[in-house]
Parts: sequence; structure tokens; C-alpha cells
Amino acid sequence: MTAAGRALALETKGLSKRFGHQLAVNSIDLAVPRGSVFGFLGPNGSGKTTTIRMMLGLAAPTAGEVRVLGMDMPRQLDEVLPRVGALVEGPAFYPFLSGAANLHRFDAADRHAAPSTRRARVAEALERVGLSHAARKKVRAYSLGMKQRLGIANALLARRELLVLDEPTNGLDPQGTREVRNLVRSLAADGATVFVSSHLLAEVEQICTHAAIMSAGRLVAQGPLAELRESGTAQLRLVTPDAGAASGVLVRFGLSPVVGHPDGADAVITSSLPIGAGADGTAGLPAANGGVAPEAVVAALVADGVRVRGFTVERGSLEDRFVALTGEGFDVAQ
Amino acid sequence: MQRLTVRDSPAPGTRRRPSSSSLLASELKQLFRRRRTQAMLLALAAIPVVIAVVVRVSSAVPPGRGPAFLDRISQNGLFVAVTAMLVSVPLFLPLTIGVVAGDTIAGEAGLGTLRYLLVAPAGRARLLLVKYAGAAVFCISAPLAVALAGAGIGWVLFPVGPVALLSGDLVEPDEALVRMLLIAAYQAVSLLGLSAIGLFLSTLTDVPVGAMAATIVLSVVSQVLDQLPQLEWLHPWLFTHHWFGFADLLRQPIGWDSFGDNALLQAGYIAVFGALAFGRFVSKDVLS
Ligand SMILES: Nc1ncnc2c1ncn2[C@@H]1O[C@H](COP(=O)(O)OP(=O)(O)OP(=O)(O)O)[C@@H](O)[C@H]1O
Ligand SMILES: [Mg+2]
Repeated sequence: MTAAGRALALETKGLSKRFGHQLAVNSIDLAVPRGSVFGFLGPNGSGKTTTIRMMLGLAAPTAGEVRVLGMDMPRQLDEVLPRVGALVEGPAFYPFLSGAANLHRFDAADRHAAPSTRRARVAEALERVGLSHAARKKVRAYSLGMKQRLGIANALLARRELLVLDEPTNGLDPQGTREVRNLVRSLAADGATVFVSSHLLAEVEQICTHAAIMSAGRLVAQGPLAELRESGTAQLRLVTPDAGAASGVLVRFGLSPVVGHPDGADAVITSSLPIGAGADGTAGLPAANGGVAPEAVVAALVADGVRVRGFTVERGSLEDRFVALTGEGFDVAQ
Repeated sequence: MQRLTVRDSPAPGTRRRPSSSSLLASELKQLFRRRRTQAMLLALAAIPVVIAVVVRVSSAVPPGRGPAFLDRISQNGLFVAVTAMLVSVPLFLPLTIGVVAGDTIAGEAGLGTLRYLLVAPAGRARLLLVKYAGAAVFCISAPLAVALAGAGIGWVLFPVGPVALLSGDLVEPDEALVRMLLIAAYQAVSLLGLSAIGLFLSTLTDVPVGAMAATIVLSVVSQVLDQLPQLEWLHPWLFTHHWFGFADLLRQPIGWDSFGDNALLQAGYIAVFGALAFGRFVSKDVLS
């Protein structure tokens, strides 16, 4: 095993899955570093759950390979899965059993789980998701959010090195969402790698260190969150009474300014600003690699006698990046 | 939410000695605590009760009418169980087995719990074995419910005394009870092949009702084929062929031939459909 392979909790190479004529997952190369909180983003139907099923050995890849915690899946499934907690495509339980009985059942299915500690581990997992009071209630009578919490508790029945959570906050109330965020942070603080699929970008921005974006079965971007946000473009906004001169300066930088007069007096000029690829990965807005440095623009504007009354450069949010990569349309891809 | 301090969680890399008993215990508990299973066993137990009550309140049955042994019930209560068994074999028993065996994998898939059992990880082969073991235990319980309820109600409602066997010999009631249990065992063995078929069908679908219905229909079709003289060559291979062969257990000395033939045939079905179920299940994409 290479050093790089050891540093990865999850790795796929050319992973593909075909359903009939449709390539649900199209040759993706994921690299999830150990200890990261990895956001797996993508619109509905982009192949997130299918990828997760292949990672966990539930579905066989059509092509490509998967390594989980440095081991081949599904060949070493028996060694890998006890170290992995998972929530796949929402929770699923026996409606006629209580919440605690459901967890007992799934724990009994894991032949590496010690029966002697089962009761304590189930109680602790339930407590951790705030379900202790509903432990004896039949799952039939659980609300959507309670089932979701129970699903997360199931993933936490033993100490895990990797947690794969497919849309963990689906159906949760604001408190629940916050608690899941805290939970993910505390799991990561304990050294676990957390792989979360989601389309709630704000949430991913808050908890993830890394992210990947899927679109129609393809992996269109992945990397540390800061880099993902940065690459691409930023939005420049200039307030000035000298619209003509200012536009001239911006055009010289190769920008395409749009002039607006929202409240009469001053013109508001907006333009997208190409940002360099941020080679060193630091925050800020480096002008390297073909980007335009905002400070250079301001200097040129002032030198040309443009009265600059307002100048902001807003870095693209993850949402902008997401929409830029996956398209604006509301329709699912396939 | 609290911080979790998991006691005794295995350090990464250390492997605990695998224990398979937990899952089997969980499976049996789940099966027999389920209302549906209990209702089916109760319904089976009700068959001899209904027969006994009807015979008790009505006038004597003319010999040769109704199910075999029916006319003997009023003389000896132990025949309630035999009559009830004869009545249950063609449909009621296979019906309950179809429900249990058809539900094994498809039921878990339908609930979505199959994916969580597999990522636990239960192991596909192990899960299949445990599921079949659960169905097999039900195969033992179902005829036992008929036999015990029959013996019980017969003992309550009718005189019980020495029983005349088919060979004409008289045996004491306790010996007759042993014969009754042998018949229940014979039926349990008879149903094992059907269970294997149900298990296989259950791996083919995520809709449990489909697998249940298909299993029950197959048991009926097999019995119909067994009636067609044109298909005589096929009869020895039908899994229902020996279903009514338990009369030999009511002779003195006991004739074990049909028991052996039946066991061999059922073992064949278990091997073939067990292998098919295994082949299908270990390579199946779990997308439910
Ligand atoms: N069992 C299946 N049979 C056929 N096609 C399937 C099956 N499961 C998924 N697909 C297809 O594969 C594609 C990816 O589905 P997947 O469930 O992986 O999407 P997803 O990214 O998880 O979406 P969502 O955000 O809605 O959960 C979809 O186009 C879907 O129609
Ligand atoms: Mg999904």
C-alpha cells in the first residue's frame, strides 16, 4: 500500500455503475482523506446514493474499484464494515419493533459486536441522538425526524473509523440539524472520517473540510472546501459617478462590466472577476495564474481619476460554484 | 447530545471471535414474537379444535364420508390430531410456510432493513443460512401446533383409550402420542423443501407478497401435477409427492421407507434451491 493510499479513508478509481442504458455513476475518482469531514454534493439523481451503495458493498460496480480504509471492497468487506457506520438512503426499520429493539437487531447482525456490551451501547447511541425517552416506543409511531435520528444512532453503535451518512439531516428540525452538525464535529474530533452526502450547501459549508460535487453521474469537482470555493470567479461591485471612465478601465483588464443606475446619482458597475487558481491554497484573492488582482483594478481606477465610492469583491459561495458546475435547470438530469 | 464513551469497543484491527448465535437468536425472537406468525400458529391450532367441536356436537358420521379417520374421532379423541393433519397438509400448512419462507429475504428488502443488516455486516451467506434456519424452525412448529392442539382437544372432548393402528394392532395412548409426534416430524421434513423454494423466490424480489404467493402457488401446482397420471414419470420428483405418505407411521412395526424417501427428496430440494438462493443472493445488488 502506498503512503497516499494509507492517508485516504475512501478511494475510488474509475468507479462506474450502469442501470440498463443509464450510467448512474460514470467513472469517478474520489479521494477522501482520513480525518476529513467530506461533503458529497450533487443534485437529485446525480448518483450519490449509488456511489455510497458501491462503497459499502451493497451493489457491485460495473467498472472500477473501491478502497475503504485502505482495503478492497467488496473483497475485504468483512474486515472493513465493522469499522464503518452507515446511513444509506434514509433510515429503514422494523415498524413493529421498538427503537431500542431495532438497534439490538442490527447490532446482533454484526458478528464482531460483543453481546455483553450491546445493551449499554444501544442506550448510549440512543442518548447521543436524543432518543432515550422514545427508546421503548414502536418505530411505527416515530416521526420522520425520530426515524432519521434512530438511523444515525444505528451508525454509532460501535466506535467507527468511518461514517458514511447519506443525507443525515433530511427531515430533522432545526435543533436536530444543529445536533447532527455538532455530532459530526465531535466524531471528527475523535479522529473519525465523516463522509456526508447532502444537497444542503449551507450545511456542508459549515461542517465540511473537503467536498466533491457530482453532476449526472460525473465527479465535476473535489478538494478542500476553501479551494473549491475559490476557484472560479468572484463578483466585483463598483460604485462611482464616473461610469464611462470606470467601464473603460475595467475593459482594459479584460472584464465585461455591466452598468446600472439603481438610485439615480451613482452608477453601480458589476462584473465577474476571474480569480487565479490559488496555487498555494491560502485564503484571499490571489491574482496569480491569469486572475485579475482587485487591488490593481482599484489603483488603475484611481490613476484614471475615477471617483471610487464603493468597491467590493465577493468571493463565490459554494452555492455559486455548485450551480455553475451542475447547471441552473430545475429538472433532474436523467 | 452526549459524548459517547463506548465501553469495550474493539480497538481497530483486533478481531473478536465471530459469534453467529446472536443473529439466529434475534431472528427466531423476531419471527415468533411477530403477531403474524403467532396468528398463523393459532389458526393452525384452531383446525383440530373446529373439527373436534363439530364432531362432538353433531351426530355420528357415517363411515367413509369426509376426511379419513373422521368417523373414528368419536370413538377415540387421538384421531382428532390425525384428521386435522390430513386436512392441513394440502393447503393450510404450505400456506403458512409460503408466508414465512417467502418473507425471509424479500421482507427485509421491502422494509429496507436488508441494507442495514448487510452493512452491519451480517455477511450474505450467514444471513441466508440464518433466514433458512428460522424458516426451518417454523416448519417444525407449524405441524406441531396441529398435532398438539389436536391431541389436547381430543383428550378433552372424547374418550381416549388404546388406539387401533392401520395394521390392526392396538397401542396405548402414550405410544399413540409418540406416533402423532412422528407424523408432525414427517410433516416438518416435508415442508423443508418448500421452504428452500420460498427462500430462493424471496431472493428474486423486493416484494414479499410476490414471493409468498409464488411459493404457495408452486405447492398447489406440484400437488395438481402429482394427480395427473400422464405425468407419472415426474411424480417421484415432485416435492409434494410424499406429503401424504405418513400413514406408514401408523403401522406396527413402523414403516420408515416413505419417511426416508421423503427426507431424501426434500434434501435434494434443499440442496438445489439452497444453492440457487445462495448464487442469487451473494451476487445480488441490494438497491432497496
Ligand atoms: N435501482 C435502480 N434501478 C435503475 N436506476 C436507478 C436505480 N437506483 C438509482 N437509479 C438511477 O441512478 C441515478 C442516480 O441515483 P441515486 O439514487 O444515486 O441519486 P442521488 O444522487 O442519491 O439522488 P438524491 O439526491 O435524490 O438522493 C438516478 O438517475 C436513478 O434514476
Ligand atoms: Mg440519494
